[in-house]
Amino acid sequence: MRPLSRRTCLTGLTGGLALSIFRPVAATASSSLSFDEFYSSFSPLGLEFSDKIKTLTGEPVAIKGFMAPPLKAEAQFFVLTQIPMALCPFCSTDADWPENILVVYLGRKQTFTRPNQLIEARGMLERGSWTDPDTGFVSQLRLREARYDLA
Amino acid sequence: MRTLLGALAASSMLTGAVSAAEIYPIDRATILAGSPFDFKVELDGVHGEADIAISVNGKPYAETFGKSADYVAEEKDKEGATLGSALILRDLALAEPGTYEIEVKAGEDSKTVTWEVYGTEAAPKAKNVIFIVGDGLSVAHRTAARIMSKGMSGGKANGRLAMDDLDHMAFIGTSSTHSIATDSANTMSAYMTGHKSRVNALGVYADRTPDSQDDPKVETLAEALRRTTTKSVGIVTNSEVEDATPAAIVAHTRLRGDKADIVGMMLEVQPEVILGGGSAYFLKSDVPGSKRKDDQDYVAAFREAGYALATNREELNTAAGTNSGKILGLFHTGNMDTWLDRNQLKKGSVEKFPDQPGLVEMTEVALGELSKNPEGFFLMIEGANIDKMAHPLDWDRSVTETIELDQVAALAREFAAKNPDTMVVVTGDHTHGVSVIGTIDDEKPGNDMREKVGVYDDAGFPNYADENGDGFPDTIDVSKRLAIFSSNFPDYYETWRPKMDGPFEPALKTEDGSYVANEAYKDVPGAVLRVGNLPKDADTGVHSVDDIVLQASGPGAEGFKGYMEQSDVYKVLADAFALGAAQNRDTAQK
Repeated sequence: MRPLSRRTCLTGLTGGLALSIFRPVAATASSSLSFDEFYSSFSPLGLEFSDKIKTLTGEPVAIKGFMAPPLKAEAQFFVLTQIPMALCPFCSTDADWPENILVVYLGRKQTFTRPNQLIEARGMLERGSWTDPDTGFVSQLRLREARYDLA
Repeated sequence: MRTLLGALAASSMLTGAVSAAEIYPIDRATILAGSPFDFKVELDGVHGEADIAISVNGKPYAETFGKSADYVAEEKDKEGATLGSALILRDLALAEPGTYEIEVKAGEDSKTVTWEVYGTEAAPKAKNVIFIVGDGLSVAHRTAARIMSKGMSGGKANGRLAMDDLDHMAFIGTSSTHSIATDSANTMSAYMTGHKSRVNALGVYADRTPDSQDDPKVETLAEALRRTTTKSVGIVTNSEVEDATPAAIVAHTRLRGDKADIVGMMLEVQPEVILGGGSAYFLKSDVPGSKRKDDQDYVAAFREAGYALATNREELNTAAGTNSGKILGLFHTGNMDTWLDRNQLKKGSVEKFPDQPGLVEMTEVALGELSKNPEGFFLMIEGANIDKMAHPLDWDRSVTETIELDQVAALAREFAAKNPDTMVVVTGDHTHGVSVIGTIDDEKPGNDMREKVGVYDDAGFPNYADENGDGFPDTIDVSKRLAIFSSNFPDYYETWRPKMDGPFEPALKTEDGSYVANEAYKDVPGAVLRVGNLPKDADTGVHSVDDIVLQASGPGAEGFKGYMEQSDVYKVLADAFALGAAQNRDTAQK
């Protein structure tokens, strides 16, 4: 079932990002969040965000996960997943993102890490459909002004 | 690269050599009489329209084709570089069967291709066709499923698979237009159009321009049925319904990854029954779980088109009881879970989507609905997870998926027994490099799992049990199990055991783009690192180029025999339904 070609649709990944409307989070205490806490229900007709996600929207949070394979060595945006991604959804036309992903916009550039290295990301939780202007990547849940450390 | 090729072409023209052109449909294409297709000529050089001469069987092409092609002075690549001139004639149909030689000349560009346009008998042989595709269904999958499901003693199987007793058989070659290798898109596309294509492509010849949806189209079986009959069409799969295999019945795109657009193509053709996963591409982009990038609500669009909607097993049964005539069942946002996870292990995403129907239940509903049409039907059922679990070398899941598919084959044979005007076909779309080589016996002494592999006389028989008589082993994790290995793999840890905690993920990607063994399996007792024999950018096992087996019964099935290309399979289906009959050609001419 797997095709051989590489997808090259997301080449604009390193482009400049809009300035965040959020304040820096460094001095603020973060609430911890886990991937299992994203949704309160699953249905083919859509998922429902949990009360915890709704409460923490706009607040600083910390979450542990894995960095999905980025397209470029340096960028300000990556996708955080619950388990290491075996496939690169950017690369393979039949690979798809799991539904519980978190898009992470870094406050400043950081060097990317190995996809199977557990990291903890901290940033302001943003909710709602948003299309990245450079890549066209649509996300429902994001961290803004984020940074990460090895967990 | 393009620039380099362009420069080479230019220099070869300067030296007076004849440069190549491309014609679609390609040389040796087989085309159903009356079936619409797009004709395209791609020239390497830039030529004025008047300088391009095309003949068909020695006469100016417009005499035979009935109309002229549109001229494109310069086609461009992604960077805007000129590729050459082109001529495109959409929706051409050739009513008369026979050999057509197309010759193109423009300056130093020239090319000649020959097409075979075939008719069919005037009267259909079959009223219904049930086309069962085990994605990736290899011989080893069938052998393992037979042993695991039925058992074996004295060297004889203690039972037979339902697919074992279909009357006619063929070996199918699955290669694509640009490669000996294949994927589900181009093989299923060849089954469903009669035209070979390129890896990733559905219902088109892959042309040189970057747009994935402007490529020369060919007619799909569903479109041919709509054009010439009033039969119903059904699609059942446990993958996303817009994934390559089900998509091939309706779609036209160079890229199987155009899933959001493929949902729209499915709405255009409106198969009466569509059951599977993949709802994420039906939802507006602002719905959590959606994978669309626009605000189109295809659940609403299908409802408006008269479909009864089902999102779990219970709703499917309710929808089956309605008289809507059309059922859309979407049971998962992505691919549906495997039989093993749904019924025994409760792993994968079963916790999130606990009430997914199985392939057999979906097939029962589809047959019930489609058989209401007195004119008959075409139903495609795909066992998608045979392949989706063979890629990550998860043999236990892949084989139990094969058993489930065989129960679909049993159901189809039961239907055909009561409705003898039904043809049943069971095949795969490509193979995997998988083989059964013996058994693995935990009772053998020592900790070195390799020494527990039994081959030849030492293999004996495995100890799977089916006390509840459902056709599946009561547990997959038995002490003496089948030894199944792949001929090809990335770096991975071989654990010699079923993956009870969820589907196997053999390798993970590193920051430099290469795949390394997933260390999550490193500490499984007895696990050993196997260094891959595939390039390091291979994430999992790959499709093999080996032929696949097709078996079929019922009226028209005698057309399957010997070695056939996968594009030849369409001819047998078209003949069974008489899609190229004279009355249909007349319809196409209007």
